Amino acid sequence: MTRYILRRLLQAIPLLFIISLVLFILMQNMGDPLATMGGRKVTRTEDRIRLARQLGLDKPILVQYIYWLVGNDWAKTDLDGDGVAETPGSRKGVLRGDWGISLVNRQPVTKVIGERLSNTLLLMVTAEAVIILAALLIGIYSALHQYTAKDNIITATTFIFYSMPVFFFALLAMYIFAVNFKKWGLPYLPTVGMFEPAAGQTPVQVAWHMILPVATLSFGFIAGYSRYIRSTMLEALGQDYVRTAKAKGLPRPEVVYIHALKNASLPIVTIIALDLPFLLGGAIVTERIFGWPGMGRLFLDHVSRSDTAVVMGILMMIAVAVIVFQIIADVTYAWLDPRIRYK
Amino acid sequence: MDPKRILEINNLRTRFHIAEGTVYAVNGVSFALNAGETIAVVGESGCGKTVTMLSILGLIPIPPGEIASGEALYNGHDLLKMTESEMEQIRGKDIAMIFQDPMTALNPVLSIGRQIGETLRVHLAMDKQAIRQRSIELLEQVGIPDPAHRLSEYPHQFSGGQRQRAMIAMSLACLPSILIADEPTTALDVTIQAQIVELIQQFREKMDMAVIWITHDLGVVADMAERVLVMYAGFIVEEALVDDLYEDPRHPYTQALLAALPRVDRRRDRRLLSIPGAPPNLLVEPKGCPFAARCELVFDRCRAEMPPLIQVAPNHHQAACWIDVTTGRKR
Amino acid sequence: MAESTLEQPKPGIASLTPDELETPPLSLGQLTWRRFRRHRMAIFGSVVLFLIVIYAFGGMLVFSEAYSNRTETGARLQAPSREHPFGTDTIGRDILARTIYGGQISILIGLTAMLVELLLGVTIGAMAGYFGGRLDSVLMRTTEAVLVIPQIFLLLVMARYFAQSIPNIEFLGRTFSGSVLVIIFVIGITSWPYLARIVRSQFLSVKENDFILAARATGTSTRDIIFRHILPNSIAPIIVSATLSVAAAITLEAYISFLGLGVRPPTATWGNMLEGAYNYVESAWWLWFFPGLLIALIVLSINFLGDGLRDALDPHSRAI
Repeated sequence: MTRYILRRLLQAIPLLFIISLVLFILMQNMGDPLATMGGRKVTRTEDRIRLARQLGLDKPILVQYIYWLVGNDWAKTDLDGDGVAETPGSRKGVLRGDWGISLVNRQPVTKVIGERLSNTLLLMVTAEAVIILAALLIGIYSALHQYTAKDNIITATTFIFYSMPVFFFALLAMYIFAVNFKKWGLPYLPTVGMFEPAAGQTPVQVAWHMILPVATLSFGFIAGYSRYIRSTMLEALGQDYVRTAKAKGLPRPEVVYIHALKNASLPIVTIIALDLPFLLGGAIVTERIFGWPGMGRLFLDHVSRSDTAVVMGILMMIAVAVIVFQIIADVTYAWLDPRIRYK
Repeated sequence: MDPKRILEINNLRTRFHIAEGTVYAVNGVSFALNAGETIAVVGESGCGKTVTMLSILGLIPIPPGEIASGEALYNGHDLLKMTESEMEQIRGKDIAMIFQDPMTALNPVLSIGRQIGETLRVHLAMDKQAIRQRSIELLEQVGIPDPAHRLSEYPHQFSGGQRQRAMIAMSLACLPSILIADEPTTALDVTIQAQIVELIQQFREKMDMAVIWITHDLGVVADMAERVLVMYAGFIVEEALVDDLYEDPRHPYTQALLAALPRVDRRRDRRLLSIPGAPPNLLVEPKGCPFAARCELVFDRCRAEMPPLIQVAPNHHQAACWIDVTTGRKR
Repeated sequence: MAESTLEQPKPGIASLTPDELETPPLSLGQLTWRRFRRHRMAIFGSVVLFLIVIYAFGGMLVFSEAYSNRTETGARLQAPSREHPFGTDTIGRDILARTIYGGQISILIGLTAMLVELLLGVTIGAMAGYFGGRLDSVLMRTTEAVLVIPQIFLLLVMARYFAQSIPNIEFLGRTFSGSVLVIIFVIGITSWPYLARIVRSQFLSVKENDFILAARATGTSTRDIIFRHILPNSIAPIIVSATLSVAAAITLEAYISFLGLGVRPPTATWGNMLEGAYNYVESAWWLWFFPGLLIALIVLSINFLGDGLRDALDPHSRAI
C-alpha cells in the first residue's frame, strides 16, 4: 500500500510540472501586469522598462518560468539597461518555497493566499458535511419509499435542483430569505460577507452568515448525490444477500443500514473525494455573490488584474490538492472494500 | 391437524403486477410437511418453486407481488397473516432458507463470522464470547478447516463449495425445524454437490429437521428425498413417494421428464427425447391444464378445466390429470 | 412411452402462447421511440426545449435587434409593465427583447461549444481507445492534466488570455462581439476530457468484440473499422453525453459572463444579463429573474431530454 501511494505521488510530479508550465505560458497574455503593478505612476517609458527588467518581464517565457520555479538569486539582472547584468535577483523560486510577490498589493503570495484560504476551507468543509448528511438522508428515504408519491416528488425536486444554475439558486434564496423575510418582518439571513462589521467576527456571526453561502454551494451536490445514493441503495436492496439477511429474520433497520448501506455507500467515498474540483469551482461564484472573502474571490480579483504570481499560486495549490485527494480516494476505497483489501 | 405436521400450505396463489400485466406465478399450491421429513420440489425454471417458498416466508416484495389467496400454517399459525415483526422471529430461527448462489447470497463486505453470528445474536441473544464459540463449532461441523481464523475472513476468500458450507452453517445456527434449500447445489461442481447433499443429510439426522429441497435435477432427488412434488406453471401436478414416482409416474409431464433423462442403460443410437413446445406464458391467467399444449394425451376437457390433484395410487400418490395414464381412460 | 419428435405447438390454441414476456419484435428505432415515449419527463423536457427555442428565434419577428440594444436612460430599472413586460435594465434596455436575442447567443454558444467538444473528445477518445499503448498513455495523461484544474478556473484564465481586443464579427448581417467565438472555443477545449473518457472506454470494450476481429481478419482498413464498425456501436453514450454537454456549455457561459469575463456587451447573453444583478436583488428582481429562469428552464429541459435518451438508447447504464 505504501508503495502504491509513493508510486502515485511520483507519477504526479511530472504532471504538476507540465501543468505549471502550460498555465504559466497561458498567463503571459493575460493583460498588462505593469499597468497593474505600477498603477498611474508608471507612465514614463524608462520607468516601464526598468520595472519590466526588475520583474524579469523582458526575458523569454521559458526563462521567466525557470525564474518562477527556482528563483533568480543565482542570476544577475541588467537593471540599468547598459547591457551588463549586475544586480542579483531576489527570488528563491517556488521549489524553495518562494511563491513570489503579488503584483496587486506587494505582499508575498503565500501570505495573500493564506489569509483567504481558511475562509474558503470553512465554507467547503461545512458544505461537504452538509452534503453527505443530507444526501444520505434523502437518498435512503427515497430508496425505501420507492413507488410512493413521496419518492416521485423527491425525484422531481432533486432533478430540478440538480439542473439549476448556482447563481439562480443563490439569487432566489437571497430574494426569499433575505429580502422578503426582511419585508415580512421575519428574521432574515445576511447576504454579504462573513460578519457584520459592527458585531465583529464572532462564531455566531460567521455561522449566521454562512447559511446562505453553504446552502448555495451544497444544493446542487445534495441533489446529485441523493439521486446516486438512491440508485445504489435500490441496487443493493435488490441483491441476493439482502434476501438472505431477511430470510435470517434480521430486523429491518439492520438489513437496510448495515447490509444494504455498507455496500451502497462504497462508491460514494470515491465520488466525494473526486468532486473536490467542482466544489472549488462552485466556490468562485458563491463567494462572489455573497461577498465571502475567500480564495475564489481572490482568484477572480487577481485574474482580472493579471497578477500572475497569485494566480499561479492558487492554481498550483488546487492542482496539488486535487491530485492528493484522488490518491486518498483510491486508497480509502481500496481499504474500505474487503474484496480489494484482501486480494 | 396431524400432530406430526409442522407445515401445511393450502391453496396458495401468488401474483406479480408488472408493467406488461400480471404474472400468475403460483396458482393454487397445497401440500404438507411432517416433522423430520425430506421432500423435494422439482420442476423447470419458472414453474414457481422458489416463489412458493418465498411466499411462505413473506419474502415476496409487495408491491409488485401479491399473495392473492391461501394459508401457510406453521404449527397451526398462519404465516401469511403474521405481522412483519412476528415473521422476523420465525425466519432464521424456526424456518431457515438457503439459496442457490453462495457468492451473491453472502454479503461481500461483511465477514463470515459476522454473518454467521447474526442469527445467534438476534434470535438467541447470545453474548459475543458465546457467539464466537458457537460459530467456530458450526464451521467445524460443516467441514471448514481452521475455523477460528476463517471467521474474520470475507466471502470472496472462500471457495464455492466452502461458501455454500458457510451458508449452511449460517442457516442452521439456531437449529431450525424446517430448512428450505433452494437449489443449493446447482451452482457447484458435481463432486462438491455430493458433499453438500451429504452434509445436509447429516444435519437432518442429528437435528431431526424437516427439509424442503428445491431442484430441477432429478438425480439429486433420488439421492435424498422421501417424497416428491412435481410443479409446472405454478401448479403441483404430481406428488408421490420417491420410489413410486420414479417407477410409476402418473402425470404426462412427469412421464415426459423421466423419459427425457439420458440413461446409461438405453440404446445409444436412439434420439434423446424432449418435450415439444414451451412452457405457458405466465402473463395469461391460467385456464385449464397448463400442460395441455404439450401433452400427447390432451383432449377438450384438459383445455377447459384445471384437473384437481387426486389420489391415483396408494401411499398418497396424487396426480392432477383428466386421464388415467395407466389405462388411458378419461376421468 | 412412444418416441416423439420435436413439434411446433398446434395452431389455434389461443390461450397458451409460447412464453414471451417481451412484446412482439420491433425494430430498434421503434423500440427506442417506445421507451422514450414512456419517459414522460423526457417528453416534457423536449416540449419545453422546443418552446424556448421558438421563443428565442421566433422572437426575432417581434423585436428587432436594434430595439434590444436601444438604451433609454430615462426608462432605466423599470418594473415589468405593459410596455416592457420583463422590465428594463440598468441602462434602459428592454429585458424581454434582450432575453430573446440573448437566448439566441446562449443557445448558439451551447450548440457550437458542444460541437467543438464532440470533435476533440471523440477524436482523442477514439485514438486512445483504439490504438492503446503509448499513445493511450500520453493522451490519458493529458486528459488527467486538464481535469486536475477545475474547469471554471481554466475558463477564467483562458478567457482572460484571449480577452485582448477581438474585433466584432459580421455574420448573417448582424454584428457579434468577437468574445462569442472566444467563449465557444474556450468552453470546447476545456470540456473535451469528459467526453474523451467516455469514448475511450466505449472503444476499449467494443474493440474486444469478435466482429471487430472478423473485420480485421478480412482486411478492413483502420479508418473503416473505427468509423463504420466501432463508432456506430458506441454512439449511444456519445449522443447522451453530447446532449447533456449543451446544457453544461450554456451554464458555463452563463457563469463566466456573470463573473464578467465572458461575452461582452452590447451582445446579450442570458449570462451577461445577470452580471452585477446580485447588487439589485432587493431593488430590481426582474433584472435577474427572467434570464436566470430561462437558463434554469433550458438546462432542466435538456437534462430531462438527456435522461430520456439515456434510458431509451442505453437501458443498461445506470441513470442517476
